[in-house]
Amino acid sequence: MLARDHFHHAVCETPFHPRTAALNQLNLWHRWRDHTVADAYFDVGMEYNAIRNSCAVFDLSPMTKHLITGPDSLAFMNRLVTRDVAKIKPQRVGYSVWCDDAGQVIDDGTIFHLREGVYRLCSQERQLDWLHTSALGFDVRIVEETNEVAGLAVQGPTSCAVLKAMGLTGVETLTPFGLRDYPFAGGVLAVSRTGYTGDLGYELWIEPERALALWDALFAAGHHHGIRAIGTMALEMSRVEAGFIQAGVDFLPADRAIRADRTRSPFELDLGRLVDFSKPIFTGRRALLEEQERGSRFRLVRLDVEGNKPAKDAYVYDQQRRNIGVVTSSMWSPAAKASIALASVKMPWGAPGEQLLAEIYYQKELKWNRFMAKCRVVDGAFFDPPRRRQTPAADR
Amino acid sequence: MTEQQSVIVIGGGHNGLVCASYLARAGRKVLVLESAAQPGGAAVTREFAPGYSVSAVAHLLHLLDPGVERELGLARHGLAYAKTGLRTVALSPDNPPLILNDGEIEGGEVSAADRLGLRAHTARMRKFARVIARQHGRIPPRLDFKSWSDALPAAAVALDIRLLGRRDMREFLRVATMNIFDVLEEQFENPLLKGALALDGVLGTRLGPRSGNSVYAALYRQSGSVNGRPGALALPRGGMGAVTTALSAAARGVGAELRVGARVDEIIVSNGRATGVRLQSGEVLSADMVVSNADPKTTLLGLLGARHLEAEFARSVHHVRATGTAAKLHLALSAVPRFRGLTADQHGERLVIAPDLEYIERAFNPAKYGEYSPHPVMEITLPTLHDVSLAPPGRHVLSAVIQYAPHDLKGGWAEGKQRFQALVMDLLEQYAPGIGALVQHSELLTPADIEQQFGIAGGHWHHGELALDQFMMLRPVAGAAQYATPVAGLYLCGAGCHPGGGVMGSAGRNAARVILGGR
Repeated sequence: MLARDHFHHAVCETPFHPRTAALNQLNLWHRWRDHTVADAYFDVGMEYNAIRNSCAVFDLSPMTKHLITGPDSLAFMNRLVTRDVAKIKPQRVGYSVWCDDAGQVIDDGTIFHLREGVYRLCSQERQLDWLHTSALGFDVRIVEETNEVAGLAVQGPTSCAVLKAMGLTGVETLTPFGLRDYPFAGGVLAVSRTGYTGDLGYELWIEPERALALWDALFAAGHHHGIRAIGTMALEMSRVEAGFIQAGVDFLPADRAIRADRTRSPFELDLGRLVDFSKPIFTGRRALLEEQERGSRFRLVRLDVEGNKPAKDAYVYDQQRRNIGVVTSSMWSPAAKASIALASVKMPWGAPGEQLLAEIYYQKELKWNRFMAKCRVVDGAFFDPPRRRQTPAADR
Repeated sequence: MTEQQSVIVIGGGHNGLVCASYLARAGRKVLVLESAAQPGGAAVTREFAPGYSVSAVAHLLHLLDPGVERELGLARHGLAYAKTGLRTVALSPDNPPLILNDGEIEGGEVSAADRLGLRAHTARMRKFARVIARQHGRIPPRLDFKSWSDALPAAAVALDIRLLGRRDMREFLRVATMNIFDVLEEQFENPLLKGALALDGVLGTRLGPRSGNSVYAALYRQSGSVNGRPGALALPRGGMGAVTTALSAAARGVGAELRVGARVDEIIVSNGRATGVRLQSGEVLSADMVVSNADPKTTLLGLLGARHLEAEFARSVHHVRATGTAAKLHLALSAVPRFRGLTADQHGERLVIAPDLEYIERAFNPAKYGEYSPHPVMEITLPTLHDVSLAPPGRHVLSAVIQYAPHDLKGGWAEGKQRFQALVMDLLEQYAPGIGALVQHSELLTPADIEQQFGIAGGHWHHGELALDQFMMLRPVAGAAQYATPVAGLYLCGAGCHPGGGVMGSAGRNAARVILGGR
């Protein structure tokens, strides 16, 4: 165990803090897993536009990271998560969820298969306790390494060009969910073609000592490609447009729930594709098999909402005005030119194409208005540009 | 069913043999695998010194399921009793002993109030124990009540309690979760009497008289009967092994195959289903289902492996409390020892060293911290006074349960065993002066020895602490309390399941019922 003094501080700074602080003209910060991170630097709209039109850089160092090694690492990972980890080859990344025995989602995250049998699990929530619980009977070593790995998301249509300009030769050939190591400043820079924006983009992983050098190299290379630091507000817009869910927002982590009907299964989060019943065992399997036979209780839907008012926290109704669910994320989407929302509705409602209603309250000059907005259940992401998957990636 | 379904039973203890018999009787092709050279598990009579044999672990029979005894025809298969209705003799270092016989006190200096009190207490505990006894043959409900078959047994428990009558129901609900120390302090004056009664609440458990669940443990202990007499104690002729010898004969009689010297190393799982076992020899045996008489931890975390279970379930099995604190002492004696204050014929009773409540609690204290008792409590029998077959002519055997000797002894038992045995002999010498000189051979089984020799994780007789949080639908854990495990084709049938330990057979009988499709 490393000797740490973090408990002396109410909040920690990320390795990029000297740079992000200098850029944060709004001086807007919030806490993410005990680290201070920027909400926005100068203008949320411009930051959002960097994601969709040029190159956005987001400091994701506080992302929880665990390193899993040992002879049983693959067996352990496969028992932990719902998908088949054997299919994630070395130098590949996979998105998955993990559940409790009741088949309710504890968290979602990405599995980085760094080298044969060496995995890094990145998640929103801290998972050490659950990982140790799950490790009973497995010969694995689990190390929390959140603070040992600094991370930057580099996202947007010019992100590949920026990385090439920075000297990452051949990065355009990296396929989505690919992972590649580059030498950098005497160390190793790991580049994965992953992200939370639903756009062309990469995530860069480096030792904290080289973090500032990386930032400087990146911004120097990106000068002519519209590079811009972005905060969580702009990132949030892009992830809702991409239709991605967030722990604690679109679902309640099962280990935090007290009431049984507040949790969700992978099927109920539209993540059934991540559940691989061909694996003989994984935590939640029995319950999920039962759910598959019995039917789910809820469904996650993506709503195209009438008008331009975000359906924040709106109740969702069917045509008979029966309350059938609630909006969990909502926004005006500049890319889709529509008011969009993610919602959790009771089954059997929410089939693609179904017309529902969202009860929207909004204030105009201190007067509250109520508006029953028509919504249509859409299939898939609100914004899904071909450049997201195109390989080789556009590098100009 | 067109083809005969094959079943492997891991472990030929009494529950394994009972389960095997019922399954074979119903037409299953049953193979029982026992690692030792003789079937019987921990319910065996073993020769511990040339010519001297003794019940290796449990030495008094009091919980044997009457249904099992009748349905499997154990008497026909040779089970007989050398003695039933043993009295309890409470030994005191300074005062004359008390002799307790079915709620009556013989001899001793006991007040009239205590005599009356004991009668009432015994009657009440018997009545309460019947509530526990009625659950023995029931398949516990699932906690999430998936069907009426779950709701019914739960309702039946409630009804059994209600049928005690208003006054007794209230008293039952009041005392059931109390500790035996407080319950006895409320009712009795005589320290020796209280000590002897408290022993029933802690014997074979990791409890002291002041521990929660000690009333439940006492009720559990009294929930059996011998020849229809509730709460009675018996010595099977030929020792405890006579029970499993009869059970083996019964099992073979209905076509079950018994293989001894076959130690199972691994339960083989293929595609999420138990399909057989691998023996220590490397031999692989296949079957349509596997039933384990081994304790839940050994079965699920050892033979099967946590990797075949979901994480929370594996964690709950890992947390089953099953740490033994009872050691077993066997002495080969050249003559009958003389316990102070006892007449010659009283030596054949159940002798207990538990002179007062605080003595027992103080004996328990060190066990909490991984140390043995400097002044232990004991339950002693001299079975050869009723059954000469166990020793050479004129020679005798002493069999004693000794507490507290925690499985997790600090420094380990390799270090501590000699010292503990010397200390136990010193204590015996106080109560039976000259006994040391009679000892020809001796054997002390610590919980570590019991774990190693009988394959019981933690060396706990009951395969899991007797406690309300490990009772019925929580025994061994929710999710496996109906004898089926989460792994298809793998069942539990041992004392770690409802209703629990003691040479009883109910778990094996209930498991067979579930496997055969009934409830």
